[in-house]
Amino acid sequence: MYTEMTVHNLYIFDRNGTCLHYSEWNRKKQAGISKEEEFKLMYGMLFSIRSFVSKISPLDMKDGFIAFQTSRYKLHYYETPTGIKLVMNTDLGVQNCRDILHQLYSTVYVECIVKNPLCALGETLQSELFSSRLDSFIRALPFFSVRAA
Amino acid sequence: MAIFSVYVVNKAGGLIYQYDNYVPRTEVEKTFSFPLDIVLKIHDEKVIVSFGQRDGIRVGHAVLSINGVDVNGKYTAEGKEILEYLKDPSNYPVSIRFGRARLSSNEKLMLASMFHSLFAIGSQLSPEAGSSGIEMLETDITAYLHPFKPGTLMNILFFPFRCELFDQNLKSALEIAEKAGTFGPGS
Repeated sequence: MYTEMTVHNLYIFDRNGTCLHYSEWNRKKQAGISKEEEFKLMYGMLFSIRSFVSKISPLDMKDGFIAFQTSRYKLHYYETPTGIKLVMNTDLGVQNCRDILHQLYSTVYVECIVKNPLCALGETLQSELFSSRLDSFIRALPFFSVRAA
Repeated sequence: MAIFSVYVVNKAGGLIYQYDNYVPRTEVEKTFSFPLDIVLKIHDEKVIVSFGQRDGIRVGHAVLSINGVDVNGKYTAEGKEILEYLKDPSNYPVSIRFGRARLSSNEKLMLASMFHSLFAIGSQLSPEAGSSGIEMLETDITAYLHPFKPGTLMNILFFPFRCELFDQNLKSALEIAEKAGTFGPGS
């Protein structure tokens, strides 16, 4: 049985919890709530997981929480020192995504958004250049493949 | 590979059993002169390092003892407020021991029920149908959290329990698992 690897969706949050961007490529199931509620739930879950991990860990950590997996998907988490949070859901075959998320941040987000004087901080990203560069970046990943229906 | 602790949580999110197998405690004791260059603040009724980490003392570490005597939350053993005590130059030089705070029973109860909710949300936010809750949580020091899959056992156990036979068997099972190395990165 051939297992294809894939990226389901991606969220980008700022330090205040505002969802700056959301994209999906291979999502089979919606959360059953509005997108606004879903973003809040996702952000809240991640905030709580980080707090939980920092309290329960018997050892000091550098970055803390970086990923979790369930029986069907894996969530990868990367946070920059400025509080930008990148969250990517993939299938279970995908290993370490930290470098990929860091690269996404530095080559796409920083180049298209941070360096763009017209992009206001704290607001949903409107830049088409950003959206298309992000989409190309994800589609070019070695583990991305569109699942057959 | 080491198994640090075991938590058993019932279907309602209540902690019914907890066992610490191996809990490494990184603690640093140093003598300081006035003024203290480490910024402290009160959080969750404990005095913790907020800024100025150095020499093994990390942000988030709690004040564990002063001059060799264990503290009592945000008070010294004699009942004085630690932050006030450390503002007085006449109390220096002072020896303070810093380290990760130990979890109280109440905190463990709260963490268990917090995790129970997170476990469920992980399932709700799944982009794929038929997902379980969080089965494995990964951090940068590769400390994995493996929630035990609910089985028939969990239907019988609902209330906190203390059973010596369970303790003994659990310890044996942990020893076997550690030697066999069944839990670890890539397993």
